Amino acid sequence: METLLRLLQQDANVSREDLARQLNLSVEEVNTRIADLEKDGVIRGYQAIVDRERFDKNTVTAFIEVRITPERGGGFDRIAERIAKFDQVVSCYLISGGYDLLVVVQGTSLREVASFVSEKLSTIESVISTATLFRLKTYKENGTLFSSETPEDRLSVSP
Amino acid sequence: MENKIAAHVRDIPRSGIRDFFEIVQSMHDVISLGIGEPDFVTPWHIREAALFSLEKGRTGYTSNLGLPKLRESIANYVARKFHVQYHAPSEVLVSVGVSEAIDIALRALLNPGDEVLYHEPCYVSYNPSVTLAHGKAVSVPVHEKDNFQLRADELAKRITPKSKILLLNFPTNPTGATMPREALEPIAELCVKHDLIVLSDEIYAELTYDGAEHVSIATLPGMRERTVFLHGLSKGWAMTGFRIGYACAPAPLIEAMMKIHQYAILCAPTMTQDAAIEALDHGDAAVEHMREKYELRRNYIVSALNDMGLPCPTPRGAFYVFADIRPTGLTSREFSLRLLEEQKVAVVPGTAFGADGEGFVRCSYATSLEQIKIAMERMAKFVAALRK
Repeated sequence: METLLRLLQQDANVSREDLARQLNLSVEEVNTRIADLEKDGVIRGYQAIVDRERFDKNTVTAFIEVRITPERGGGFDRIAERIAKFDQVVSCYLISGGYDLLVVVQGTSLREVASFVSEKLSTIESVISTATLFRLKTYKENGTLFSSETPEDRLSVSP
Repeated sequence: MENKIAAHVRDIPRSGIRDFFEIVQSMHDVISLGIGEPDFVTPWHIREAALFSLEKGRTGYTSNLGLPKLRESIANYVARKFHVQYHAPSEVLVSVGVSEAIDIALRALLNPGDEVLYHEPCYVSYNPSVTLAHGKAVSVPVHEKDNFQLRADELAKRITPKSKILLLNFPTNPTGATMPREALEPIAELCVKHDLIVLSDEIYAELTYDGAEHVSIATLPGMRERTVFLHGLSKGWAMTGFRIGYACAPAPLIEAMMKIHQYAILCAPTMTQDAAIEALDHGDAAVEHMREKYELRRNYIVSALNDMGLPCPTPRGAFYVFADIRPTGLTSREFSLRLLEEQKVAVVPGTAFGADGEGFVRCSYATSLEQIKIAMERMAKFVAALRK
């Protein structure tokens, strides 16, 4: 099961036939296992890994460190979920250290991200402070390096 | 000038692989399953260790035997993985790949005319290396019906009073064969009985599949004192270009090998020795990651070959499938040349690994699954067309 998940994490686009051949399973068995993983919520979705700079130079990604006051009874969850529901928020994590939440926000312009932080995020009652860090360049995303390093000069036949 | 070349060198035939390589080189868009080295780039933490070594200015020679720290790492690794204990200062020698270690071991041991037994089909260098050391190479055939394992009775038939060395390579290039303990035991008994030295090339030891455990012949009773355990970083760690191999053996033999090594080579490159320490001490996870990839590709390629009517037993080691092409009625060479011309897929004729390889072709799965997929589609077309 672990191997199947690993293969899907590397390339969710791989055909069920190819998975079956690699895992020595039938296509039906692969289908059942994937359906189970989806049903159990282990697999949450399938997405393309996009190099945004290639199609939109103005795209902005920001990592926002957020400090919040935890609530009696709910801890951080209610506020974190409230923040996570915004469309602009791509990822939202509870973290250890000097801050409580790491919020990844994506927008089409600097202004858009800035106004999201000042108008939506900072105005939430339990939010004590925010620090916004802008992404300058992506080197690796979800395990995928953006620069290729496959050498082209492999010998074509060797002992 | 030809007449000046030493007779024993002149008489070594051209390598069947080189021959084929030149044909492939002259063509475009060929998908090659003919490559005997990992397609992975060396894991980054190992490359980074080589960079750090250069950064620190470690550009001089090392001790002839290799860096003491690397020999320590080798002894620890061999004890941890293969359960054989070697004394790092006196029983370990770092060589430039296993090839060099085989060469100096043969030269250290052979008197002219001594016989070296080896199983065939096998890696291309064994037979000529014996000849170059003025020994007599004696091949022992292995068969598909035995999963290409070496059989004690086949070996026993070829032992003579002149037999001195048995050269083993499991997992095997080109067949992917492995030798479980119960298959090795009768071989070890023969070696003890006939006082043979074993050179055991275990370069593919990390690459075994289906949970098959790699057993080194050095662990069997009476074998440690007569075995030269040969291993290196090329295959398991994807470090072919680093050229790091090693030999573990009783001290007098290491001392004799060192005599040749010090004059011919001096020492293995320093920065790659530094990288090898990192690989052995911290490389287990990276090796396992690559091993799993090979296993998945092996499953794919074996299933595809069976589907196209070229049955092959599932190999449990290395990264080769020795596919049986006898159902096509072609010779290995005809099959390989026509597959190359008609479908632009390169495989290596089994005969490149000895005459006993006739009827088989070696398909390497040390190449990406995408490439393997296309190669298998093309090969299936080729085989189907032959049937018409």
